[in-house]
Amino acid sequence: MRYGKFLSILVIASLFLFAGCSSKPYSGKSITVWHWMTDREPAFNELAKRYEAKTGIKVNFELYAPSDAYSQKVRAAAQGANLPDIFGILGEKRDFSSFIKAGFILNLTPYMLEDNAKWKNSFFSKALAVNEFNDGNSYAVAPGIYGVPIDIMTIQMVYNKSLFKELGFNPNRPPQTFEELLAVGKKLKAANLEGLVSGWGEIWMIDCLANNYAFNIMGKDKVIATIKGEVPYTDADWIKVLSLFKQMQESGLLASGIVTMVNKTAEQLFANEKAVFAFNGSWSVNVYKGMNPKLEYGAFLPPKASDKYPMAIWGGAGSSFMINARSKNKEEAVKFLSWLTETPQQAYLAEATNNLPANKDSINKISDVMASFAKAMDYATHPNVWGVSEFSPVIEAFDKGIQSIIIGEKTPEQVAAEVQKIKERELAKKR
Amino acid sequence: MKFKSTLENYVFVAPAVIIFAIFYIIPFISVFQLAFFDWDGILPTKIFVGLSNFKEIIADKVWWQSVWQSGYITLIALTFQNAVAFLLAWACDREIRMKNFYRLIFFIPPVLSEVVVGLVWQWILNGNYGILNYWLTQFGLANLAHNWLSDPDTALTTVAIVHCWKGFGWGFLLFLAGLQTIPRELYEAARVDGANSWNAFKKVTIPLMIPVVVLVAILTILGTMQVFVLIYTMTGGGPGYHTEVPVLRILASMRGSSRFGYACAQGITFGVILCMVSFTQYLVNKRAKA
Repeated sequence: MRYGKFLSILVIASLFLFAGCSSKPYSGKSITVWHWMTDREPAFNELAKRYEAKTGIKVNFELYAPSDAYSQKVRAAAQGANLPDIFGILGEKRDFSSFIKAGFILNLTPYMLEDNAKWKNSFFSKALAVNEFNDGNSYAVAPGIYGVPIDIMTIQMVYNKSLFKELGFNPNRPPQTFEELLAVGKKLKAANLEGLVSGWGEIWMIDCLANNYAFNIMGKDKVIATIKGEVPYTDADWIKVLSLFKQMQESGLLASGIVTMVNKTAEQLFANEKAVFAFNGSWSVNVYKGMNPKLEYGAFLPPKASDKYPMAIWGGAGSSFMINARSKNKEEAVKFLSWLTETPQQAYLAEATNNLPANKDSINKISDVMASFAKAMDYATHPNVWGVSEFSPVIEAFDKGIQSIIIGEKTPEQVAAEVQKIKERELAKKR
Repeated sequence: MKFKSTLENYVFVAPAVIIFAIFYIIPFISVFQLAFFDWDGILPTKIFVGLSNFKEIIADKVWWQSVWQSGYITLIALTFQNAVAFLLAWACDREIRMKNFYRLIFFIPPVLSEVVVGLVWQWILNGNYGILNYWLTQFGLANLAHNWLSDPDTALTTVAIVHCWKGFGWGFLLFLAGLQTIPRELYEAARVDGANSWNAFKKVTIPLMIPVVVLVAILTILGTMQVFVLIYTMTGGGPGYHTEVPVLRILASMRGSSRFGYACAQGITFGVILCMVSFTQYLVNKRAKA
């Protein structure tokens, strides 16, 4: 009896002792985060454990994939006022602005500006820009920062160095001009290799490359003027942009079936050394590493088609988190996101997931290929920072039109005329 | 006493009615209501636009192209898919060896996930490394080898055939069940009367199978007109708009354009089209029976 009593005291005392040694006790508070990033789930869970050990606040990362399903879940939750404490928004800036106007997203500006804007200044400015609404923005949203970037991304070209050498080109010098790119295309058939692969079946990636060349050929101002309806899509510069796709197809540069290719297939083809080029984002570093760790490749900006304006690529925040303005835990959520974007956590995320960190100070220890993607941030732009959005039916007609050009069904002029017609219809509706 | 009994009946039925109302009637009313509004699915405010969503649908060429394309796939399913299903069911109904094995094999495609089927066929049909092109080349038909899903001339027919492959098992099962209900004595009587196999098939099998054929036809039409997962996985509606079908267009309006009102109007229009097709078929069958 005496022995049993002694044992009980010993067990209870040990429990207290170990609990004290291991971490802060669970405070009873918890934060729920919804996300769609399958590849980052283990890293997020590890960080959640570390945060709980540090603060006693439990963070539940709930994964909903694929991204389409996630997107629908967030919308449905917004309609039912059931959004979690922290969530991400996938979609155009127009959708983001609707969430803000509906009162679902907390304005983070006061928190970002605390301590001489310490938190704000820790990010790449272009990463933050995606989540920012400036004075007089066309979405009629109160100016401010409404999201926290978790990582950054750039989308550019990658090339297989071994295959490039096999084709008789310098493996350390990717094409610098559009003509040089087409020259590679002409050599592909004889070598029985595929040229450029990309997820152009998911049409947004066509839009991305077309916009890159639009910036290069006519400059940002003219692109924005087109979106505003001041320049028609039938303008010679837009026809030139559309013609580039025809030239790429005619030179043999584009992989067969690219118009219905999903990005996963494109990634497999490139990783398995079946294709010389891929048009893909910085997230692909992790994907290629998983598929073929021995793959020798480099990243480069899409070769210029004109010397008139600099080349631009899409980039900025890869993924961002927003805080539910109606959440009871919003203060805790802000503190958690602030912690998550501090240098050690960002460095861990970059190392564990091969994504570029959004925190400027965490970018030191990255591979050469990732460094190429990071350097390209200087050329990065994104529709979400232009301040105006093109009508969705116009974007769809433009991208599907490019598919039609590639399959030889329509000419660039025909596509331009069709897109302009839809643009005029949408403008008329808006009026 | 009678009141108590009636009340009891209502209590028993109530759970089913409530569930039906929550999951079917209320959403249906909401869809109907939303079709008259412009709404992005996020903002609490909806703008009443009257019939303008429906007017826009009438002028939407891509929408009508998608309806025509789903009609084309349905036509192939009605003819090719059901003919294959019927022939295989007829073969399995006879005294052949390993017929249970065939029954099992033929029913595998319908139970597979549409996403899996789409991905597998995408791999088979791939222009670069697809097995179909490989075999065509091996058999000296290299001139036929091409990218089946990216060529606008073959993309729609290819997805239609894959849809038939995926769906013929249901028809097979129903036809087989129908064939097995035909009394064997009728065939024996026909044979006694001097009928050969073809005459027995024409005079006994076909007339008695008409109700099953009608059922399979209705299920094929309603199922095929709503096809989208397979197409979404294989082509995403491309190249261009060549494999777009109505459900993909509704999804595009909702997800791509954030136009929930327009998507609801498309859903209602499509529902009306399906009702019209079913009603026409009902009338045709009624006339045929008469």
